Amino acid sequence: MYFSKVMSGCVDLRGPRAGAPPASYDPLPPIWTHPDPQSVTRAGPGPLNRASTRTAAAKKELMMWESLREALDEEMERDPTVCLMGEDVGHYGGSYKVSYGLHKKYGDMRLLDTPICENGFMGMGVGAAMTGLRPIVEGMNMGFLLLAFNQISNNCGMLHYTSGGQFKVPMVIRGPGGVGRQLGAEHSQRLESYFQSIPGVQLVAVSTAKNAKALLKAAIRSDNPIIFFEHVLLYNVKGEVEGPEYTQCLERAEIVREGTDVSIFCYSRMRYVVMQAVKQLEKEGYNPEVVDLISLKPFDMQTISRSVKKTRRAIIVEECMKTGGIGASLSAVIHESLFNDLDHEVVRLSSQDVPTAYAYELEAATIVQPEKVVAAVHRVVGAPAGVAYA
Amino acid sequence: MDFPGGKVPFTEDLAWLGPGFTPRPTIPCYRALDSQGAPLPGTSLPHDIDQALATRMYETMISLQAVDTIFYEAQRQGRFSFYMTSTGEESTAVASAAALNPDDVVFTQYREQGVLMWRGYTPLDMANQCYGNALDSGKGRQMPVHYGSKALNFHTISSPLATQLPQAVGAAYALKLEGKAAVAACYFGEGAASEGDFHAALNFSATLSAPVVFICRNNGWAISTPASEQYRGDGIAGRGPSYGVPSLRVDGGDAVAVYNAVAEARRVALERRGPVLLEAMSYRSGHHSTSDDSSRYRAAEEMAAWRARDPVARFERWMAVRGWWDEARGVGARKAARREAIAALAAAAKQPRPPLSEMFSDVYDEPPPHLVAQRAEVEAFVRAHPETLPAGMPLE
Repeated sequence: MYFSKVMSGCVDLRGPRAGAPPASYDPLPPIWTHPDPQSVTRAGPGPLNRASTRTAAAKKELMMWESLREALDEEMERDPTVCLMGEDVGHYGGSYKVSYGLHKKYGDMRLLDTPICENGFMGMGVGAAMTGLRPIVEGMNMGFLLLAFNQISNNCGMLHYTSGGQFKVPMVIRGPGGVGRQLGAEHSQRLESYFQSIPGVQLVAVSTAKNAKALLKAAIRSDNPIIFFEHVLLYNVKGEVEGPEYTQCLERAEIVREGTDVSIFCYSRMRYVVMQAVKQLEKEGYNPEVVDLISLKPFDMQTISRSVKKTRRAIIVEECMKTGGIGASLSAVIHESLFNDLDHEVVRLSSQDVPTAYAYELEAATIVQPEKVVAAVHRVVGAPAGVAYA
Repeated sequence: MDFPGGKVPFTEDLAWLGPGFTPRPTIPCYRALDSQGAPLPGTSLPHDIDQALATRMYETMISLQAVDTIFYEAQRQGRFSFYMTSTGEESTAVASAAALNPDDVVFTQYREQGVLMWRGYTPLDMANQCYGNALDSGKGRQMPVHYGSKALNFHTISSPLATQLPQAVGAAYALKLEGKAAVAACYFGEGAASEGDFHAALNFSATLSAPVVFICRNNGWAISTPASEQYRGDGIAGRGPSYGVPSLRVDGGDAVAVYNAVAEARRVALERRGPVLLEAMSYRSGHHSTSDDSSRYRAAEEMAAWRARDPVARFERWMAVRGWWDEARGVGARKAARREAIAALAAAAKQPRPPLSEMFSDVYDEPPPHLVAQRAEVEAFVRAHPETLPAGMPLE
């Protein structure tokens, strides 16, 4: 049964040279372990003493929530117009601890706790952005930002254009999305599907502690409105982070693994699902190229087309639903622009068009699992070069 | 025993407060002039209006009326697609604008063109916007009357109702953070005040202490919905205190009262670094827009009665009492304003449209690859089929 294979393992994301993680630490909690729903929805996934696990060595390793926090701290120190607004971001430090302790340093006015009204504080962010600030608006869960859709699409995305370029909206809208651990349908949404058509916004999805910090810094410095997707299950992912001057290009994809057989496009948590599948595929003699999209809008067509031209096969792995997801758009673009460079139609692995159920097994069945990725590669590539497929 | 939700007195009476039980008193309406424009004795007038100010307010209102009349007719003749007048509310817009400073950031709904005209937007600027031509500061992107001017601190109007209210709170918060002695002034109608954003903005402005002057134009009608079907409480001013926002009701057709009320509102908002709410009671004398015929749902007698209380006429009488106005001046001013409005339309009609290439600029700071590709596609198509490019529209 495919659940048991993955239940036995804990994915070590730092590669073969890293040491063992601290005993109590699980870098990628798979969704099929038994979670404490309280800890994920309200207080954040981990205990608060993470600072002690930071090594004093030259290369710094942080968990993603810490690396996001560091990005926020550095940018707020560097630029006094940067501020954060949302529910429980001030005294409480944020539901996922991304602004933990910053309130003491920057005060009430720059870490603004708002009443509960997503459209209200989103509109507030738009107004503040047009009046010279660089606000970061935090949605406690990306799904709640459906309430803010009016402000995001009609105003945040459009006002720079409709004002004839007179007013700019340099905002970052960020928060955790995606499927967590048995959080139920309303807390498990993939808002990137709904936001992708809004003209005037950029969509970025982070996946590692390093790119999370570097991309958040770049997003804060950008004059465009950026919708910045974090994932509920990745806040404890640990990794090396760079220093205060390091930013990453918001429009560029990351090559996670170079290969020749097939291009696998993914983003956010699916990067880890794909890399889990890659372990199996490597054993079987396959050589997949894995590309983390990072920029969901606009797509990095330079990296994407270079990869497809090399491998001539493409698989898209996403958490979005089949209908109208990021994969649907990407599949269309790849077919249109790279038709003659493809030996196989683009295969899309997505969630089904169903609300995400609470029950453990149903939730696991709705998300793309590593085994599905392995099977898709078998289908698209056929037998790996030089190895008889059994 | 104090509750975290509030320090409240106790009672052994089970008694309801509100309509049908123990009513709260209706908030009275502050005014300085009667319905004919005669000044009322004993009015508290903390802010004086001298002749220069009065003349400028008057001329702006006359110009506004001329633009509204002429541009409405222009739409009927098919010269542009849409127009909205502010007939009956000229004093609400102009007198309130006169009481604000140029540094105050203004957010409006769509019937406050008098505010923009006070600040210096000319009939020609308005005509360019309505025609959506190459001289429009909005580059032809927004529908008519959706003006915007960064230079005049007037935010580009966005059609969905009430979205500007939380934005005004954000702007006020920014002004406060930057230590500026300025407020955000936010205009909206009584219908828009039913939107969720109104409640969010009032609540946020009070809890976060943002210096916003909220100005509600209660003109009695939201397209065909009368105020009696829009709310059951004591109008919009009645809601303010419940959110912790000091509130005042004022006669919107009384320019002297509006001026004093807004000047005081601004002073209070800055002093307390917090919000205030004004409800200007008036009447929408015109149709909702050129897409509406209000005689379908309003009695002719009602409309005639309110036209007789024209705010500009009331102000004329107030000025006349001071010797600052006479019939001849009025006629002359109106003739000049008409000429200017007609000339503005004629000039705007002659301007070319913005070029097709402007379709792709300002979506982002720089066009990303997919927009560059889409632009190339559109331009290639137009070069191959030049007859598809509308007359008067350059390619770039």
